[in-house]
Amino acid sequence: MSNSQEPTAEKPVAAPRRGPAPALGPARMMGGQPTEKSLNFKASGKRVLGLLRPERALMAAVLALAAVSVTLSVIGPKILGHATDLILSGVFGRHVPSGVSQAQAVAALRAKGETKQADLLASMHITPGHGIDFHAVGTVLLWVLAIYVFSGLCGIVQARTANRALNRAVKRLRTDVEEKIGRLPLSYFDQQPRGEVLSRVTNDIDNIGQTLQQTFSQVVASLLTIVGVLTMMFYISWMLALIALISIPASAIVAAKVGKRAQPQFVAQWKTTGKLNAHIEEMYSGHALVKVFGRQEESAELFREQNEKLYASSFKAQFISGLIQPCMMFIGNINYVLVAVVGGLRVASGALSIGDVQAFIQYSRQFSQPLTQVASMANLMQSGVASAERVFELLDAPEQEPDPVEPLRPEILRGEVVFEHVAFRYDVDKPLIEDLSLTAEPGHTVAIVGPTGAGKTTLVNLLMRFYEVTGGRITLDGVDVARMSREELRAGIGMVLQDTWLFGGTIAENIAYGREGATREEVVAAARAAHVDRFVRTLPDGYDTVIDDEGTGVSAGEKQLITIARAFLAEPSILVLDEATSSVDTRTEVLIQRAMATLRSGRTAFVIAHRLSTIRDADTILVMENGAIVEQGTHSELLAASGAYARLYEAQFAQAVAEVD
Amino acid sequence: MLIRLLRAHLGPYTRPISVLVLLQLIQTIATLYLPTLNADIIDNGVIKGDTTYILQTGGIMLAVTLAQVVCAIGAVYFGARTAMALGRDMRASVFARVQSFSAREVGQFGAPSLITRSTNDVQQVQMLVLMTFTMMISAPIMCVGGIIMALRQDVPLSTLLVAIVPVLGIVIGLIVSRMRPLFRSMQERIDTVNRVLREQITGLRVIRAFVKDTHERRRFDTANEQLTDTAVRVGKLMALMFPLVMMVVNISSVAVMWFGAHRIDSGGMQIGALTAFLSYLMQILMSVMMATFMFMMVPRAEVCAERIQEVLDTETTVLPPLAPVRELRRSGFLELRDAEFRYPGAESAVLRNVSLSARPGETTAIIGSTGSGKTTLLTLIPRLSDATDGSVLVDGVDVRDLDPALLAKTVGLVPQKPYLFTGTVASNLRYGNPDATDEELWAALETAQARDFVSALPEGLDAPIAQGGTNVSGGQRQRLAIARLLVRRPEIYLFDDSFSALDYATDARLRAALSQETADATVVIVAQRVSTIRDADRIIVLDEGHVVGTGTHHELMDSNDTYREIVLSQLTEEEAA
Repeated sequence: MSNSQEPTAEKPVAAPRRGPAPALGPARMMGGQPTEKSLNFKASGKRVLGLLRPERALMAAVLALAAVSVTLSVIGPKILGHATDLILSGVFGRHVPSGVSQAQAVAALRAKGETKQADLLASMHITPGHGIDFHAVGTVLLWVLAIYVFSGLCGIVQARTANRALNRAVKRLRTDVEEKIGRLPLSYFDQQPRGEVLSRVTNDIDNIGQTLQQTFSQVVASLLTIVGVLTMMFYISWMLALIALISIPASAIVAAKVGKRAQPQFVAQWKTTGKLNAHIEEMYSGHALVKVFGRQEESAELFREQNEKLYASSFKAQFISGLIQPCMMFIGNINYVLVAVVGGLRVASGALSIGDVQAFIQYSRQFSQPLTQVASMANLMQSGVASAERVFELLDAPEQEPDPVEPLRPEILRGEVVFEHVAFRYDVDKPLIEDLSLTAEPGHTVAIVGPTGAGKTTLVNLLMRFYEVTGGRITLDGVDVARMSREELRAGIGMVLQDTWLFGGTIAENIAYGREGATREEVVAAARAAHVDRFVRTLPDGYDTVIDDEGTGVSAGEKQLITIARAFLAEPSILVLDEATSSVDTRTEVLIQRAMATLRSGRTAFVIAHRLSTIRDADTILVMENGAIVEQGTHSELLAASGAYARLYEAQFAQAVAEVD
Repeated sequence: MLIRLLRAHLGPYTRPISVLVLLQLIQTIATLYLPTLNADIIDNGVIKGDTTYILQTGGIMLAVTLAQVVCAIGAVYFGARTAMALGRDMRASVFARVQSFSAREVGQFGAPSLITRSTNDVQQVQMLVLMTFTMMISAPIMCVGGIIMALRQDVPLSTLLVAIVPVLGIVIGLIVSRMRPLFRSMQERIDTVNRVLREQITGLRVIRAFVKDTHERRRFDTANEQLTDTAVRVGKLMALMFPLVMMVVNISSVAVMWFGAHRIDSGGMQIGALTAFLSYLMQILMSVMMATFMFMMVPRAEVCAERIQEVLDTETTVLPPLAPVRELRRSGFLELRDAEFRYPGAESAVLRNVSLSARPGETTAIIGSTGSGKTTLLTLIPRLSDATDGSVLVDGVDVRDLDPALLAKTVGLVPQKPYLFTGTVASNLRYGNPDATDEELWAALETAQARDFVSALPEGLDAPIAQGGTNVSGGQRQRLAIARLLVRRPEIYLFDDSFSALDYATDARLRAALSQETADATVVIVAQRVSTIRDADRIIVLDEGHVVGTGTHHELMDSNDTYREIVLSQLTEEEAA
């Protein structure tokens, strides 16, 4: 689906694409996935194959085994045809009395005017007077049996080897992508919708894996089969082979014609599907609004209209594309009839043995199947390569500067942070911060205030080196943070964001995230300091309760307390805090306030502040507006200056304070 | 479930389905007839040297082929038509059902799940039906027909089928049955890998801040390892499937040759029959294979069908009135009398004994901590849910007796999570009042403090809005949602925490403008922030579903502990002192 909702708790049942590939070829075609066109099929396709380079040896083995397996299975019918000939010879041999030579029998037939039968008989090797030579037939059949079994075994080994190699390649691709995520700058993730990145690292990789699995072995086998079968057909009879060959352009023309007509119908089908789904999504997501505004009838009318359109377009698409199947079958059948008739005539004239015709019929049946298969693989490969392109794009994205080879580190971590003439811009032509200087003494609190969207998190981003300054420098205890390793820098900073993040695991594990190897006692102590111990104990499994990012059973406020506990455990010397603005109930709010205050004491703290008490007590207040710092000072200094802060204070707090006083 | 769902929806299509089955029958018989004709060519033409017979029979074969293709195309036509119509009908009934739902049922399923059910799940069932119609129906016909034809060729040789068909069935069955649990665990492991990756991306800042990259890498590697492990195991089974099936088929043909030779030698059978028999064997085995794969697909569609049926089986709790009241004084007097709301089977009610009244020209505020039932209370008024006890009255009429259209005209709501529809700013603002003029829209934007940012947009009122309103900020979305309600001009305005994303200054300005705009209307505001509701004519304090206090800010500060606690928590004790 084009517009899938990312955090859907319930997974849509997967489309039938993981099914056993060989037999579902046509089924997949009928599924009618929108064919995603790749930008540069050839180059990207090559690069996909490049993923298999480390498996060269295995891939070579796969090709060799496939060649053997296909060759053997192609020879099979020809030898089986020989058995038919032996049987037929036996049938004729019985009718010729023993003592009469084959030549005499032929002559006798000619004398009777049965020229055709005479020709046929002349072309056979018969032993007059004897029936079917079961010894010979048995030997041939045993050979065939051996060939089939061996071919099958080769096929199994080949498929298993390919499976191993392909899975390893996909695994490597996943690892590459995961490692790449670690090296990408934060700006990469901020600049594009999260769902987009997520879909690349999940859906697209899955799709590549599936495409490789489903197409690789089969394309190889199908191509080899086509070559092998063609060779055998020409070997048996060039005339019949030519007749059979006509079916290739015929199939191609039919496929192309039908495909050309079906394509716009599929496009229409997916367009209408998209429209209808979008309408459904909106009507369900805005269900309450539709009701409150009394718009059900309009909504139902629009649905009816689009549902009807979808019906019309999907019927056309499915009908036209469904025509391929019977048309191909028709061509195959015509071919069958021609081979049967012409072959029969040739046998009758003695130019061909009956066994050969039988073999030929089997070949011509084997021939059309890989053709259709390769055709249906084309779509799949298109979509796989399109996915690969999106993944490659991610792999090719510029990475963040690597850490300096010999990183510096402050001798003693006291927590003094200095911004020296710092400049920063997200966009090249949009300066955001220009010449910001600021000193945070160890143990001081810096409150960052300003209206929503003023860019308060930018400062945090710079301090944490999620983004790099474009001018000036930031020092930590005298050391330029750009010359430290990111790990070293971040290890000294604790962060509690409003946008809490918990991973799938127990509460204890989530708290222990703050420090590797923390004991249960330490976790509990941290939880107690963060005032979340009591809440955790009310849960059925206590600290072992499993939670996830969607945080079922844990409210937003409680989640924030857990992340505070995490920061407690990390014992950082510098803190970055983000006070909650809304959707936390008042009692939890008090707990969060208290916990943050305790956490702050004795540490240098940068607080994105909303609470008057926090702001008033801060050692420095930074006032931000429209992405720039407009004022800097203490509460009383800034009030006296009657600037932006004074206005903000008036609007937000003064009245409230007066009211309560 | 699948059968029940299909039976309910395929009912109207009995006629095209019978035609379809008939066409498939003819088509299959035609296909099966070809090898017999081929056998005749060999036995009566080739061996006897009768060229005319060969050509004549060839002509018949051609005619049969033509009949076959015509029937096959006809089958595709009826199959596609019926399957797509089925999908359309299922979608329509799911959609209609969901429209009738109250907030409770929607919440119970969750909107994303309902969307999946109406789109993806329906599609899955529809595709299964289409495949059944176009391909699978012919499998059993082919199997039975093939057996009959094989018997016609030679009865004793047909006994081979008794051995071969079960062997193939068992081989495929064994592999498939082993594969199914593996498929499930593979899906789970894919989900795990994807979850780890998802967490890495959503939690990027935290991971980097806590320097947990290596930890995350280990977590990922384990998941990746496990996934690959299962994928390899699935692959191994898959690798067996095709060669094994081919081996069974090939060995069978060798067996047919061997035993067929004996039958021919003893004069019980002709050589052409042997060739035909081989063809039939292939056709029978192919149809067995198809049928087996079909069984693999059914469970998937079954799950989808269950989920669709679940929606169809859910009855709405908000029933339309039998004898709706269509006339109303429309002054906007709102009253709740001992209203209770309780989820079925829940131990305690969300709301209990809530009585309150809100008069035109007044602002009534509702405050309370999370989970106190504020939002639920609001949903009772426009009947997004119905009170399970007590009643909600608008201008003296129980809302359950009111004509839904009239109720919608009288009561307007700005929900907690404001939702905007795809379109433009203007189309969203006109949602409740399609005839509003541009001047009216601007006036509403002015009141909602949204005029500045809308006029700053290059397209102004025609600026595009993405689905859900994701292309504007949370605060802008809230203001647009407020403006949308102002354009509608209902008698009763309900604001559910609609100012939370605004900063204090904007909040204050908006409320000041709003109070002039809604001077004659009844306004009910739910809020977390004390500053938002301090000036209300009446404040109702909710705690755990009860009304624990009613009065003005000053009255409540003096008399109500819960209220005081809320106020103090927001200002901190020192400021209040």
